[in-house]
Amino acid sequence: MEVLPLAEAIATHVRDGQSIALEGFTHLIPFAAGHEIIRQQRRNLHLIRMTPDLIYDQLIGMGCAERLTFSWGGNPGVGSLHRLRDAVENQWPRPLTLSEFTHAELAVAYQAGASGLPCGLLRQHAATDLLRVPGASVRTIPCPFTGAELAAVPAINPDVTILHAQQIDADGNVLIRGILGAAREAAMAARRVLVSVEERVESLRAEMNAIVLPSWVITAASIVPGGAYPSYAQGYYPRDNAFYRAWDEIARDREGFLAWMQRHVFGVRDHAGLLRALGVAA
Amino acid sequence: MSSPDYSRDEIMTVTAARQLRNGAVCFVGIGLPSAACNLARMTHAPDLVLIYESGTVGTRPVVLPLSIGDGELAETATCVVSLPEIFAHYLQRGRIDVGFLGAAQIDCFGNLNSTVIGDYAHPRVRLPGAGGAPEISTHAREVLVVMKQSPRSFVPRLDFRTSCGYLEGGGARHASGCPGAGPRAVITDFGVLRPHPQTEELQLTALYPGVSVAAVRAATGWPLQVAEELESVPIPEPAELATLRDLHARTRVAHASPVHINLSAVSHRR
Repeated sequence: MEVLPLAEAIATHVRDGQSIALEGFTHLIPFAAGHEIIRQQRRNLHLIRMTPDLIYDQLIGMGCAERLTFSWGGNPGVGSLHRLRDAVENQWPRPLTLSEFTHAELAVAYQAGASGLPCGLLRQHAATDLLRVPGASVRTIPCPFTGAELAAVPAINPDVTILHAQQIDADGNVLIRGILGAAREAAMAARRVLVSVEERVESLRAEMNAIVLPSWVITAASIVPGGAYPSYAQGYYPRDNAFYRAWDEIARDREGFLAWMQRHVFGVRDHAGLLRALGVAA
Repeated sequence: MSSPDYSRDEIMTVTAARQLRNGAVCFVGIGLPSAACNLARMTHAPDLVLIYESGTVGTRPVVLPLSIGDGELAETATCVVSLPEIFAHYLQRGRIDVGFLGAAQIDCFGNLNSTVIGDYAHPRVRLPGAGGAPEISTHAREVLVVMKQSPRSFVPRLDFRTSCGYLEGGGARHASGCPGAGPRAVITDFGVLRPHPQTEELQLTALYPGVSVAAVRAATGWPLQVAEELESVPIPEPAELATLRDLHARTRVAHASPVHINLSAVSHRR
């Protein structure tokens, strides 16, 4: 594990054409890292994420992705992700291939990847048309003991998983507190793990069963205060629900979206610059 | 007759909340279901156990979450577990009494679409997708659906079946081996639809005061059957309305409050 400036961590470890999972379920979404990928203009990425959220709307709208593996692609509580919709409905700015699952399927796919298994299993497959869409990869197999029908979901092992977390200690161990989603599984499944954190502390003072990623499973870490904004970091800052509402209008048409990205991502040096430009940080 | 002192949205939410019994374990969808479940918890069902797919178990939010994983849900929960755990240990293991869902389209057998309008490969409208709904509708002991009713949303044929209701009806769901019983009620802004005991086709079983059967039929994309004994939904109690309005008012304030981040990275952990 090495501590690197975020731009350097992305430049070193994220390559065109890789499969990349930026995880964190509503909470701890690595926005700063996503913006750095956009700034460095990575292309042909296979983006993986249970809930694409605004950061994948931005990556897709800026043409970074050729494929999306996901299970729910909306602006939570608000409505559509307009850039994701435009890519699927009108192939703008480029065609996007979808690999679509349910939450439970992606959860076991990450777990399988994290466990060194070829597939994850679910009991009793839900009767959904998702089984019949182009590229559907869930298969039915019998349980060898009971004969019961099980759904098998192929494991996911991202080339790179990127997380945001609260703290890193002097030895490089990382603490995650609060809503987890499948962040831990996505990290343990990945070939490389990048983490941005709110702050560096001497000791995590974590409870015995806390969610800690030991330093040696992490490839590189970056100290990025506010790195999950406009999502949130429990104990540091809340979700900016007003921004999530505002994004609906910002991303609705292509010109408005591109102007926003130009000004707030390309027009600033780093995430602190974005936070200042939005008036969120002094 | 004077106009009622509640809106159709309000009686819909109140009616949805009344479907939940105290002590039930409920897997909550975002939006209308979340409002109804929290209203129930704040009125007649204080021991209702609310579970959101973000892994927050037994959560008691003071304001409604905008997303399924706002910090409010974690801070007020009995425990916060990972997403694989919530789907495996709680839902798939059979610990959920009621799944509470919304959707973009529903058909006469309570099957739900939240994936696409039009053809999957070339959709007219790409919707957010499945999320947790297919497994919730499969495994929860029973399902409640809350949706505004219109011919566009109550359709004769779904463009895409994201989550199963009664499949083709007449026992098809049970025969498929689905563990949960399926949708017990669909609460709309006109009244309540419930499955016919044999055919499992949704039929109108209760109407809000001042709503006509003709109006509900006009808002339904299939020839809607009406139950022999059509009930009238009791109007919202003043306490229910006051609680709901306070909840929405608190939520509006909370969701508009500005966020400030301290870049000097000094934690102010609660």
